[in-house]
Amino acid sequence: MGSSLDVARWQFAITTVYHFLFVPVTIGMSAVVAYFHTQWVRTHRPEYYRLTKFFGKLFLINFALGLVTGIVQEFQFGMNWSDYSRFVGDIFGAPLAFEALLAFFLESTFLGVWIFGWGRIPEKLHASTMWLTHIGTVLSAYFILAANSFMQNPVGYEYNPTTGRAEMSDFLAVLTNKVQLVTFPHVVLSAYMVGGAVIMGVALWLLRRDAATDDAPVYRKAVRVGAVVSLVASLGVIVSGDVQGKIMTEVQPMKMAAAEALYDTTSNAPFSVLSVGPLDGSRASRLIEVPGLLSFLGTGDFNGTVEGINDLKVSERDAAQQVAKQYGPEVAALVTDDDYTPIVPVAYWTFRLMMGAGFLTMLFAAMALWATRKNGVPQAKWWTAIAVLTPLLPIFANSFGWIFTEMGRQPWLVYGLMTTATGVSPSVSVGEVWVSMVVYTLLYAALAVVEVKLFLTYVRRGAEPFEDPAAHVDADEDRPLQFAY
Amino acid sequence: MDALQLVWFGLIGLLWAGYLVLEGFDFGVGALLPSLGKGQDAEDTEKRRRVMLTTIGPHWDGNEVWLLTAGGATFAAFPEWYATMFSAFYLPLLLVLVALIVRNMGFEYRGKRDDVTWRKRWDLAIIGGSVAAPLLVGVALTNVVRGVPLDGNSEYAGNLFTLLNPLSLLGGLTVLALSLTHGAYFIALKTSGQIREDARRMGTTLGLATAGLAVVTLLWLNLSTGSLWSWVTTVVAAGALLAAIWMNTQGREGWAFVGTAVTAAMAVATYFLALYPDVMPTTLDGGRSLTIENASSSPMTLTIMTWAAVVFTPIVLLYTAYTYYTFRKRIGTQHIPAPVAVS
Repeated sequence: MGSSLDVARWQFAITTVYHFLFVPVTIGMSAVVAYFHTQWVRTHRPEYYRLTKFFGKLFLINFALGLVTGIVQEFQFGMNWSDYSRFVGDIFGAPLAFEALLAFFLESTFLGVWIFGWGRIPEKLHASTMWLTHIGTVLSAYFILAANSFMQNPVGYEYNPTTGRAEMSDFLAVLTNKVQLVTFPHVVLSAYMVGGAVIMGVALWLLRRDAATDDAPVYRKAVRVGAVVSLVASLGVIVSGDVQGKIMTEVQPMKMAAAEALYDTTSNAPFSVLSVGPLDGSRASRLIEVPGLLSFLGTGDFNGTVEGINDLKVSERDAAQQVAKQYGPEVAALVTDDDYTPIVPVAYWTFRLMMGAGFLTMLFAAMALWATRKNGVPQAKWWTAIAVLTPLLPIFANSFGWIFTEMGRQPWLVYGLMTTATGVSPSVSVGEVWVSMVVYTLLYAALAVVEVKLFLTYVRRGAEPFEDPAAHVDADEDRPLQFAY
Repeated sequence: MDALQLVWFGLIGLLWAGYLVLEGFDFGVGALLPSLGKGQDAEDTEKRRRVMLTTIGPHWDGNEVWLLTAGGATFAAFPEWYATMFSAFYLPLLLVLVALIVRNMGFEYRGKRDDVTWRKRWDLAIIGGSVAAPLLVGVALTNVVRGVPLDGNSEYAGNLFTLLNPLSLLGGLTVLALSLTHGAYFIALKTSGQIREDARRMGTTLGLATAGLAVVTLLWLNLSTGSLWSWVTTVVAAGALLAAIWMNTQGREGWAFVGTAVTAAMAVATYFLALYPDVMPTTLDGGRSLTIENASSSPMTLTIMTWAAVVFTPIVLLYTAYTYYTFRKRIGTQHIPAPVAVS
């Protein structure tokens, strides 16, 4: 049956990974849909109107699930992790409240206006409501990532022995955490990669299907816009990811060591692209290695020294004991663990899967750009596979990146300050956590089936023929609305 | 207790009031789908349901953010309250989440296929969710005010059945009934034709039933934990509800809606005034109640949060008002376009 800690961890993993399948699609697609809408308002060229409507529908089908699964996330901290909420709520709660007040209201309110605004508000204003929705999604990312960055690299707080909790000492430091400043661009640009890739994949599939029709140029346009967004964003993802690696080496060296399964401290440390075996430190298991690359990723110097897990285990324990000595027995209970090593194979493989999926996305986007130049239509059969894989790869890259980030932090919940085992709700029974786990899993699975089927139905339907919305605007009060539920 | 702690106690109350006033009517509209949405034949029924859903279409998502903001603000301003409340009400909250999930999906997905079975299922999700959520929120909030068993560490020491006490169940029914009435007045205000007439007629019955439930709940609450001020807000709530019922019978739909909005806000005010100075009292001897003072965040966090609220709440209110202004026109069955050609 497991302990409530185990079940609560699995539940957080399942609900978060699931939620984050939809989030990057929402962030990325809202920007591209807003772009199509703006182009329609500027040029009044029918293809932009059709693309706005078509991808707008797909966007909404996806958005609904991202929204509803997000509510669960905000409640989950109090429900399953009440001791965590008590200990860091003074710091962690503020970005969540900011997220609701600054981002959720903006995003939800203006998306409502966008959905129902067809024919009811001036067109320039209408296009801007999708931009406001997009700004809301990006602000939301900023605040929730600031909260997460605090867990990776706690800053701007002080332990208060009277209240027995961590308290805010510098909110600006929390918002400008150096982990946050690289994580935010990395995550948002990854979301643009996803948004572009979804649009490219869907349009590519339709372009090939409808190559002989008048719709081909419309879909080709979308393929190219999606591919360009994805490619440009991916360059930023690489740059920000590179800086992230260096900051990680500095603030969470154990995570970096686990990412390479590097047990002994090494200078000129190699990076293994592939390996076999249990990743327990035996060098023989490495299949393909790039000499010095890990040192370069971690330190910026091919000859730099990267600390290994065996040394870090000791230094993490020393650091934890130091914190315990400084703050007394209450904190000692929070920082004490048997082993300060994350599950190495999980960190190792998710790190590689993230990068691999990301690079493949770039490759496919570049290929699609090349194949659609000069009014080209990609002909070979394997392009179908590319159309299907291109949206999925960066979505999974996002998942792997998050699994790496969060699993690589273990056993810490807040790095160096609180272990995951001490954060769980003491008053919630394992039975209750199981109930919620089963309910979420079944509900989420059912919704996923419904969502994917509906999404594919609307993809197959393609972009609707152009109908000039200006023809709708007249004085007849009883004319049907352009959109109703 | 310092001033900022008190301010945040008030602001959390305000957020809950905003939530019940705003999402209250969209809960009501969703829950009234089977009764108010019933037309002369299948086609009329379908059109009426779409009219109802379209009146709340642009608003329900923004309305729900009030709940998320109440949750987030409680986390930030009263972490202990957030931690204890959310872990204590574990299973009811799980049901609230399921209810919100299925009804929100219903709003977005219902019209995406022209298929009777598809629509029927999502209607069920919308109706079930719109009934369950206000009922459970009412049960939870009433339990907060009434008190639950908290041990010496302010940890919840009861179980699911502790929460299902008569007063809290009554509180749940009251919130549900008020939402239904509020929703009926909203429909009367936002639609035209037969459905508007029906909403008004139904609104009177619903209003009277709500008045009965609300009076018992609020009297009970006041007699057990009330203060002078909570009696005052109770009287205002009751007056506003009676005025709303009267205005509804006179065809003054806007005023009727304002009346139930004031009722909801004053009911929440009564709850918070009865709660003061606790935020979650214990019913256990030797237990530790959570109070405004011992559950709150540090002065620094409260100061930061206050600035954010002062600067951004007016902006939120402004653009929220803009959406209600934009979509102010009444909708009738003649405005409903053909269903999408997707099955």
